[in-house]
Amino acid sequence: MKPVGRAGLLRAGIFFLLLALIPVLGAPGWLLTTLIFTVMYAGLASSWNLVGGYAGYPSLGHVAFFGIGAYAIGLVFTNSVGSGFEPFLLLPVIGVAVGLLSIPVGWIAMRTRADVFAIVTITLLFITQTLAFNLKDLTGGAQGKSVAPPPFPVETFDWPFYYAMVVMLAIAMAISLYFRRSKIGLSLATVRADEDKAHGIGVRVTAVKLLAFAVSCGLVAMIGGVWAYYVGFIYPQFAVDPLITIGMVLMAFLGGRGTLWGPVLGAFILVPAQEYFAQTFGASELYLLAYAAVFIVIMLFLPRGILPSVSERLARRRLAARGPGESPGTDAARPVDPAVRMEAAR
Amino acid sequence: MTALLEVEGLTKRFGGVAAVDDCSFSVEAGTITALIGPNGSGKTTAFNMITGYLKQDSGTVRFDGGAVERARPAQLYRRGLSRTFQQARIFPELTAIENLVVAAGFSWRDLFGRRVSKRDEERARRMLDEFRLSHLADLPAGDLSYGQRKLLEFAAVLMSSPKLVLLDEPTAGVNPVMIDAMERHIRERNAAGVTFLIVEHDMQLVMRLCDPVIVLDQGAPIAFGPPAAIQTDERVLEAYLGG
Repeated sequence: MKPVGRAGLLRAGIFFLLLALIPVLGAPGWLLTTLIFTVMYAGLASSWNLVGGYAGYPSLGHVAFFGIGAYAIGLVFTNSVGSGFEPFLLLPVIGVAVGLLSIPVGWIAMRTRADVFAIVTITLLFITQTLAFNLKDLTGGAQGKSVAPPPFPVETFDWPFYYAMVVMLAIAMAISLYFRRSKIGLSLATVRADEDKAHGIGVRVTAVKLLAFAVSCGLVAMIGGVWAYYVGFIYPQFAVDPLITIGMVLMAFLGGRGTLWGPVLGAFILVPAQEYFAQTFGASELYLLAYAAVFIVIMLFLPRGILPSVSERLARRRLAARGPGESPGTDAARPVDPAVRMEAAR
Repeated sequence: MTALLEVEGLTKRFGGVAAVDDCSFSVEAGTITALIGPNGSGKTTAFNMITGYLKQDSGTVRFDGGAVERARPAQLYRRGLSRTFQQARIFPELTAIENLVVAAGFSWRDLFGRRVSKRDEERARRMLDEFRLSHLADLPAGDLSYGQRKLLEFAAVLMSSPKLVLLDEPTAGVNPVMIDAMERHIRERNAAGVTFLIVEHDMQLVMRLCDPVIVLDQGAPIAFGPPAAIQTDERVLEAYLGG
């Protein structure tokens, strides 16, 4: 694996600089609102990718931890949020606590794999939603639970939430990058490809799986906390909404599971598309069909997700341009530019 | 000589069939021991129990003086017992070098360190040199030919400096040149102190390379001895040719 060079850092720098400048440059309210949810989903999909992409464990229950993070903010800040920034300061505590809480859950759920794991984690979603409906003293049940309103000025009301989401995305991507560049990512890659074989070469399979799961769940809970503070009112069916789980999974699939930028790209395509279709088709649920159609069309042409499929095609074209070479893997020694292959693998 | 691996009364039933039935044998340190037998005689099942992939119904396995019961494959690997698989299980998305590095075994601290450190890379490249796979070092292992994958898997399990290596049909489906290469590597590593237990169907290779030979039939050993004696053993001929 080639370390992320200057070009990669530059790309990330420009991306986050642009995100940071958007409110300052006077983006209209509707754009900022859309961006808050886009960046939120980019963060969720990047967090999901740690376990769903790198470890190959497609969790469909992540929104349970999103909801737990949301209710944590709701429970602590029912009457007052002080200066308005205290809820953000609580987020790291929520992240660590939920991360630790998720370890026993992951330990049980990760005894299953692939489709069984997906189903086990769906039950996690419904258990959490049922608890949210029924633990009325804590959550207010179906009546919902309100978070004390933040005392931010009207003109820049959205800014703190927007920047909080951007910071969460940056953290998720930084951890994602760190995983890739450390032996954690190397170990996770063996778990994803062939877990039994990974055991057989001494990889600490359970440890890295649980680490990825816990970090992923902790991040998702923190983002849930920001969300709850922003929307101000927490209902079980919205805080633990299957559509949120499906959203983060679809976006990671669309952009490319197991890549750094794929989940971000997926979110920046699907969330605006969803907003646009919701506007166009009005209150009907038709927009969900259009949303699904976008996903299906892209997956039809780029089945491994946008980034892996495109980079693979580019690499193949470059190999072909190099002249009629033998296919790789023949026994003869033969020079191949490693950089080309690296990009194919990325 | 002391036995590095001792198998006693090992039994595994699948449904009503005893795949391995009261099987006992031992592997002496420093040998290249062959485990042969007709199809379905329980060789791979025995491998799976010895390496912790399958739990036996009864019987004991001792490796390097310690019991193997309840041990997991990863623990056994760290204790110096490694294996390869019949179908050459490598990680196709990882490069050849990464395939070696991840199999080399690393500490908890290294887990949080660089994916492939300078030192990792040097060690892996030396091993690839030895296996004449250097030109493939940075390719995804999925691009390698079947024979190259077998060599790569073999090289990978050697990265952890094992005491005993179990090879499951190392030359099946591999071209003759590659068979010679595999044989040479086994000999070299054996000379360097690694003990081998090999399941193999290529009898010429077994007779050339291995001593002693254990013959399994219907889940239990029926003969044990040097290759010359095995070749003329009546029970062995009967098992292979059918009585």
